[in-house]
Amino acid sequence: MLLRVDKATTSKFLLRRRPTSEKLVDIGFKNIVVAMASMVAVVLFSIFAVVYYESTESISRYGLRFLFSSAWNPVTDEYGAFTAIYGTLFTSISSLLIAIPLGVGTAIFITENIIPEYIRNIIGIMVELLAAIPSVVLGLWAVFIMEPFIRPFLNIIYKIFGFIPFFSTQPLGAGMMPAILILVVMILPIITSISKDSLKQVPSKLRQAAYGIGASRWTTIFKVIIPAAISGITGGVLLALGRAMGETMAVTMIIGNSNNFSWSIFAPSYTISSMLANQFGEADGSQVSSLMYAALILMILTLLVNVFAQWIVKKLSLKYQ
Amino acid sequence: MNKKNIKSTSSVSLDNVSITYGNSVAVKNVFCDIEKNQVTSFIGPSGCGKSTVIRAINRMNDLIEGCKLSGSVIFEGIDIYAEDIDPVEVRRRIGMVFQQPNPFPKSIYENIAFGARVNGYKGNMDQLVEESLIKAAVWDECKDKLNDSGYSLSGGQQQRLCIARTIAIEPDVILMDEPCSALDPLSTLKIEETIHELKKNFTIIIVTHNMQQANRVSDYTAFFNTEKKNKDLGGKIGFLVEFDKTKNMFNSPKQKSTQDYISGKFG
Amino acid sequence: MNYTSQKSLTYNPSLTRNIGNKALTIISALFAIISVLPLILVISYVLIKGGSYINFDTLILEPEPPGDDLLSAGGIGPAITGTFIMAAIASIISIPVGVGGGIYLAEYSKSGKFAKFIRFGSNVLAGVPSIIAGVFIYAIIVSTKILFGSMFSGIAGGISLSILMLPTIIKTTDEALKLVPNDMRRAAFGVGASKFTMITNITLPAAFSSISTGVLLALARAAGETAPLIFTALFSRYYITSFDDLFYEMGSLSVLIYNFALEPYEAQNQLAWAASFILVIVLLTLNILSRWIGTLGTFSKNKV
Ligand SMILES: Nc1ncnc2c1ncn2[C@@H]1O[C@H](COP(=O)(O)OP(=O)(O)OP(=O)(O)O)[C@@H](O)[C@H]1O
Ligand SMILES: [Mg+2]
Repeated sequence: MLLRVDKATTSKFLLRRRPTSEKLVDIGFKNIVVAMASMVAVVLFSIFAVVYYESTESISRYGLRFLFSSAWNPVTDEYGAFTAIYGTLFTSISSLLIAIPLGVGTAIFITENIIPEYIRNIIGIMVELLAAIPSVVLGLWAVFIMEPFIRPFLNIIYKIFGFIPFFSTQPLGAGMMPAILILVVMILPIITSISKDSLKQVPSKLRQAAYGIGASRWTTIFKVIIPAAISGITGGVLLALGRAMGETMAVTMIIGNSNNFSWSIFAPSYTISSMLANQFGEADGSQVSSLMYAALILMILTLLVNVFAQWIVKKLSLKYQ
Repeated sequence: MNKKNIKSTSSVSLDNVSITYGNSVAVKNVFCDIEKNQVTSFIGPSGCGKSTVIRAINRMNDLIEGCKLSGSVIFEGIDIYAEDIDPVEVRRRIGMVFQQPNPFPKSIYENIAFGARVNGYKGNMDQLVEESLIKAAVWDECKDKLNDSGYSLSGGQQQRLCIARTIAIEPDVILMDEPCSALDPLSTLKIEETIHELKKNFTIIIVTHNMQQANRVSDYTAFFNTEKKNKDLGGKIGFLVEFDKTKNMFNSPKQKSTQDYISGKFG
Repeated sequence: MNYTSQKSLTYNPSLTRNIGNKALTIISALFAIISVLPLILVISYVLIKGGSYINFDTLILEPEPPGDDLLSAGGIGPAITGTFIMAAIASIISIPVGVGGGIYLAEYSKSGKFAKFIRFGSNVLAGVPSIIAGVFIYAIIVSTKILFGSMFSGIAGGISLSILMLPTIIKTTDEALKLVPNDMRRAAFGVGASKFTMITNITLPAAFSSISTGVLLALARAAGETAPLIFTALFSRYYITSFDDLFYEMGSLSVLIYNFALEPYEAQNQLAWAASFILVIVLLTLNILSRWIGTLGTFSKNKV
């Protein structure tokens, strides 16, 4: 009897000693996931390497002159990306200046208990769903609906303020201003949802402290809540800036794609990404290399913004621990 | 009830106050007159609504969505829940110290100056900061590091900083919700001394779980308890059992449950 | 007293503080209204205008080449299948790699140097403009004809979309696994499970709903992308009929919208609106689905 029981137990737990196969699976699995994680680094590095390699011809030919010349002439083979770089920076920063108050204001409105919670949740979800609309659809909407709608208003501005260089050309359709507005639509969800998350994470005891000494709602918001959430908000704003600089389709469809530099925000212009979208398919020879150089500049710009975003989130969040 | 029935010596009167969170009643039918320039302590088992009631006195409950109050809270003859009342104004006259120390993420100096500025302080700020810190018994610990973050202080020092912050705005009433629960005995003692000091100028209401503390610091004591709302629902409703001079309360309580609670039989 | 406090407790509407507060509240409400306006406008135009061009023919026919002598511009059928095929190719590549990478970050190297670098890298990769992904794939796949001599192809398009999905999937997997309490890991080890068993049987299932949320969001973003496709997959007016067709130009809804929106012909513009209708419906469904799945999980962020 006893003997049989013993036998049964030993055979029941054959796995008490780990078989080599299990160890192999463990080690194999670990190696596979390490390799997969490394893919991120590999892809990122290859992107930089390839874009840099492809642009070497143009870099050695133009050097930094490329940044300050707005020549773009496939016939004479002269290239410079100034218009596109200016367009990229100008459209993205202008859209940011409009979107920050809108986005942060909305985020505050939906984190404060001004109106019932379910309405605030609906607003929050709607703003986030805006991010789900693809860029090309926004571009379509901008071309056929938004731009014709705002043109009369832009014309009024042109008639009144046309003497100012910024408004000095007649709005005739595609141009920088509609591109800026559609960028606002695209980055608004980023700023709103990240600001909302950071505002929500501010400990309620800080809010209580402020109310408890007789601070009003907006004193509390400006002096206590926003300073405590500033790292997240700044991070979101920088992320939005990166997105705006790299945004392609909607901008390409509405900015007018012209390499002629103009101070006027009503004139057609270029961004680096719209220039790539527009010309890369048909380019050959040294034009490809110049486009790659422009792509490299775009990558470096977005990289700087993104790294700065990560750095500032870390740096500022330590302050309020 | 109308104003005539309120004693002229009382600062805050709770008149048939019931408070609900959403659909559930947290406390009901509280009547209580709190004397001016006296210390009143709220005691009772956990969940009986002490915090709920004390927050109602300066309309902190406005911050909690779904929290509703019926009845009236009378402060110096005025119903602070009336339509035309400005809750911000109420909180300037009735300050609050919270259970967890909650300094602002600013310097020690700014922690005090901020509240003063919010309240339109006109005088000498350095002097106000110093005086408030002295009154709250943390001046010695703070005087060399006024520009350090409020978080660089220990928990007990932070709590006294929060008290200083409240004193600085010169409210008429100071509400304290378990101000010592996060503190060590020594800090607790210091805060109790502070309370004794403050009594001269302020009306103080303090929530505490510590019987000895209630006995030591307060002139009046209110004992809250809970009763089962409904056997099937299992919810509990808080109510005021007994309110009297602390001396009477601890020596000859009128209610059996007060006696049991004070002697440590439950809660 | 040093305070200029009015002794009254009544709300004084002419007080600067109260005017300022009211004004700011109204402004923030206005901003909120402005912020939801674009969504309402875009959605209603796409649904009404796009929806009005949807019929059986538009859904299945191949688009006709642009010209002004057409009775009908045809349909968007091949673009719909193309979008699905390229999204599928992108998923086949990016889901295993992304989930695997996320497992490494969360389970094997919680805060090691390499993991920090990879996390940083995926944030940077997430910030790389989508058109750069297109340029990159063009340079390494299209112009080198590395895929059996073919240039523009659905596969190249799918690969460039996978680059965009990868960082999102890695990040959400990493974060989802980190939300699984360590007690569950200790419990699994406590009964003698190997790490592989622990991950596949305990933590991955526990994090499944959060991971799915991230995957669906990444998929939705990729399916709507245009920039990476315009010089990798290019465009085609024809249905694919065989496996070999994967190695040739492939149409997609988004590129169709881009191409046809800029055509001067009304008929093509209408197809662009019809394609927007389909694309927006699919993407909004994916988004709402992912939100819903996100609320199901035991350790999902939305619950905490
Ligand atoms: N913010 C809130 N939302 C909903 N219900 C609440 C909230 N705060 C308190 N309650 C409920 O109100 C009742 C009273 O809570 P309260 O915090 O006032 O008790 P308390 O006497 O202060 O307890 P303690 O001694 O533990 O601090 C409890 O049943 C509690 O669940
Ligand atoms: Mg309490």
